[in-house]
Amino acid sequence: MKFFLQLGAGIVAILFLGAGSSLPAASAEILSDKAKQTLPNHLLQSRGEYHHPTHSDQNYAFLSAGVLEYRPGEDGGDFRWDIQGWYGGDFNRLWFKSEGERNTAFKADHDIDIQLLYGRFIGKYYDFQIGVRGETQIFKGRDVARAHAVIGFQGLAPYRYEVESALFISQDGDVSMRFQTSRNFLLTQRLILQGRIETHAAVQKVEKFTTGQGLNNIELGLRLRYEIRREIAPYIGISYDRSFFKTADLVREEGGDSSQVRFVAGVQLWF
Amino acid sequence: MKDSISRRAFLKKSGTLGTLTALDGMLPTYAWSNFLSAVTPAMQLSGDVINLTIARTPFRIDHRTTTATTVNGTVPGPLLRLREGQDVTLNVTNRLDETSSIHWHGILLPPEMDGVPGVSFPGIEPGTTFSYRFTIRQYGTYWFHSHSGGQEQAGVYAPMIIDPLEPDPIQYDREYVIMLSDWSFSSVDAMIGKLKKQPGYFNFQKRTLGDFIKDVMQDGWLPAFDNYLMWARMRMDPTDLADVTGYAYTYLMNGLTSAANWTGIFRPGERVRLRFIQAGAMTFQDIRIPGLRMTVVQADGQNVQPVEVDEFRIGPAETYDIIVEPKEDRAYTIFAETLDRSGFARGTLAPRPGMTAEIPPRRSRPLLTMADMGMRHMNAESHGDHESHDAARGEPTKGMQLDDTHGEHDRPGHLDTKPVRHAADDHGPGNQFIPDFTQSRMDEPGIGLGNDGRRVLVYTDLKSLKPYPDQRKPERELEIHLTGHMERFIWSFDGKKYSDAREPILFHHGERLRWIFVNDTMMDHTMHLHGMWMYLENGAGAYLPRKHTVLVKPAERISVAITADAPGPWAFHCHLLLHMETGMFRVVETLDAVPGTEP
Repeated sequence: MKFFLQLGAGIVAILFLGAGSSLPAASAEILSDKAKQTLPNHLLQSRGEYHHPTHSDQNYAFLSAGVLEYRPGEDGGDFRWDIQGWYGGDFNRLWFKSEGERNTAFKADHDIDIQLLYGRFIGKYYDFQIGVRGETQIFKGRDVARAHAVIGFQGLAPYRYEVESALFISQDGDVSMRFQTSRNFLLTQRLILQGRIETHAAVQKVEKFTTGQGLNNIELGLRLRYEIRREIAPYIGISYDRSFFKTADLVREEGGDSSQVRFVAGVQLWF
Repeated sequence: MKDSISRRAFLKKSGTLGTLTALDGMLPTYAWSNFLSAVTPAMQLSGDVINLTIARTPFRIDHRTTTATTVNGTVPGPLLRLREGQDVTLNVTNRLDETSSIHWHGILLPPEMDGVPGVSFPGIEPGTTFSYRFTIRQYGTYWFHSHSGGQEQAGVYAPMIIDPLEPDPIQYDREYVIMLSDWSFSSVDAMIGKLKKQPGYFNFQKRTLGDFIKDVMQDGWLPAFDNYLMWARMRMDPTDLADVTGYAYTYLMNGLTSAANWTGIFRPGERVRLRFIQAGAMTFQDIRIPGLRMTVVQADGQNVQPVEVDEFRIGPAETYDIIVEPKEDRAYTIFAETLDRSGFARGTLAPRPGMTAEIPPRRSRPLLTMADMGMRHMNAESHGDHESHDAARGEPTKGMQLDDTHGEHDRPGHLDTKPVRHAADDHGPGNQFIPDFTQSRMDEPGIGLGNDGRRVLVYTDLKSLKPYPDQRKPERELEIHLTGHMERFIWSFDGKKYSDAREPILFHHGERLRWIFVNDTMMDHTMHLHGMWMYLENGAGAYLPRKHTVLVKPAERISVAITADAPGPWAFHCHLLLHMETGMFRVVETLDAVPGTEP
């Protein structure tokens, strides 16, 4: 309950932050003032989509499931997702992200993560993101939840690596990090092999969340997809997830497996 | 109804087609010559008052019926045949449920008749008629199209041929308009949405593992690996030749697909004039007619000294008139291959209907090179590069007085081919890349051309037939950089989209100025200035050719001279429709006196 309240407060906060700082709306007003100086009055009274010579300030909505997969296992199988999307223009975007899994063989049964971020395009290739994150882990009969402040970078690094990194500060002041990178290799125009690495680290030990100090885990994935359309690409692959150090101990204490190899089958989608 | 005359004329004409009436309203009659004898007049409109109606109409692409946005019910719309000196009234009725407009491309007219919503006029509201009235002061091959959103790609384009008052210096026995276009079943808005989210969305000619293996076998492990790594490091794609490709486009010739094979009839020995108009929204095409030499006689409606070529590239909104003299009693294929080789349009010249000639194979997809990144002079110290005059001062669009130290620039009609180092200004986050050097590439045929022995038209071939009256040397120089970001599908000038730079670029009425276009991107663009001619500074001295649309190659630095003789606000933009829509657009305003600015 407390988690949802915190998450709700975070969403409200981020919406205000987004509205106050970005600005496509605010700057449009300034620009139309400038336009008034040069265009005859009758041009400015007209409204409607095709009254303007171009529509370069248009907003778009994007939703993408980079990982959306089933992982067959001994007791019925698990699933994992990594979904994100944005709404906005070229420079300012409101981001939504959700990542999580059901993994009966590994620490929590469910591990769910939701983020709401404001992103600003900087340095030609990166979105600088700031916002909130809600995290919940559901164990057998016991749920834990917490909220974080998020600051992160996401974009395209040299050599065409898609990079996503974030620093989290929890409501209790615990600091943790996530880094993720992926790269595509075109076998043919539509058959594409993707390598993906995701890793977590923490500054403080938070036993409640099965998090030890230092490097927590590394997840390596190799997924082979076929793009039926650009937007729809079924895939198969393999995922190796290994916990380290104190985190591995905590996972084992919970009855989980600190090192697992899973076959995966899923679909990449976006629209 | 105002359009009843043209409608009746059209119905009457199509009635004579008998069994072909099933195709009524899907093609303009001038596109019909494959079914009719060559003497059948084209479906064209002439006279002092012409009525045009923009509406949604069924349109057939091979066996698929879809809906197009049309002028008088056809794609392309009706051919307007007008006369120099004529006072014309064009009543355009909008039967769409959104605002529309018609822009008369390349025509000199009062600014309020130019047809750009938000610049010249508010646009034509649904259900209303706007009357364009102007006196025609020129002749040649032109065209018209909607300037509202994606309507142009959806079918609102048509040829406009103006006959000269004096006898035409170009002699010919027969003529055809060849209007090239790119039809898509998706809208421009949908395409922009896809490209904003996935920049290579339409490119199915990327380099794959197979290409890599081939390159390793050909060039060796290290050079191949180096090359792939270099492109990956720069986050660029050497196969990024066209934003929208044959994956989404069906390339049309006079509204017909390659299968439908538009055919122009000739008698062997005749001089046939072909008026090529590129109405494609996003398509550059390389035109050749295997077996025939082509003599280019006009570019953008302006006569040029005849140039014989085997092939020429035509970018969005350019026009070229050529003369061919087929002597044999056989068919010739008119082949219009896209720059990225992902598709083609095809038609036929033949002595009799129903004949075909071989369709040449498409050439392989070229790759961008170091030259397209402006990196060819990276290690060549011997090329004395000089700093960009005012880009170095960080204000590339701000005009500056020319001083006498620029000896090279003082000669009118000069062609400055020296590479110029790009200034430190990288145009902000909205611009992906700046080339180290830019220079004139007007003597190069372009990406993928000129390496197979064919004589390809280059810009330095173009010389006006007669010298134009204004031979003043430019007294002021402006510089504008063509910028963009492939990864986000942002297109802009000087790193700013139109929505972030609505202030007009000022011309002073009566002045002669030089405008330098610097292409910082790795794509070809076509720069279109409304209302005034651009005199291409291609080294032709007193014979600089005039163009309404200028193709600028990757990493090219090109200049045009402009006589600012048309007061008012005018649009200036890239004629690749998706580039214009996403921000590669400016307003130019020619003012009589500008208080507070230098003369």
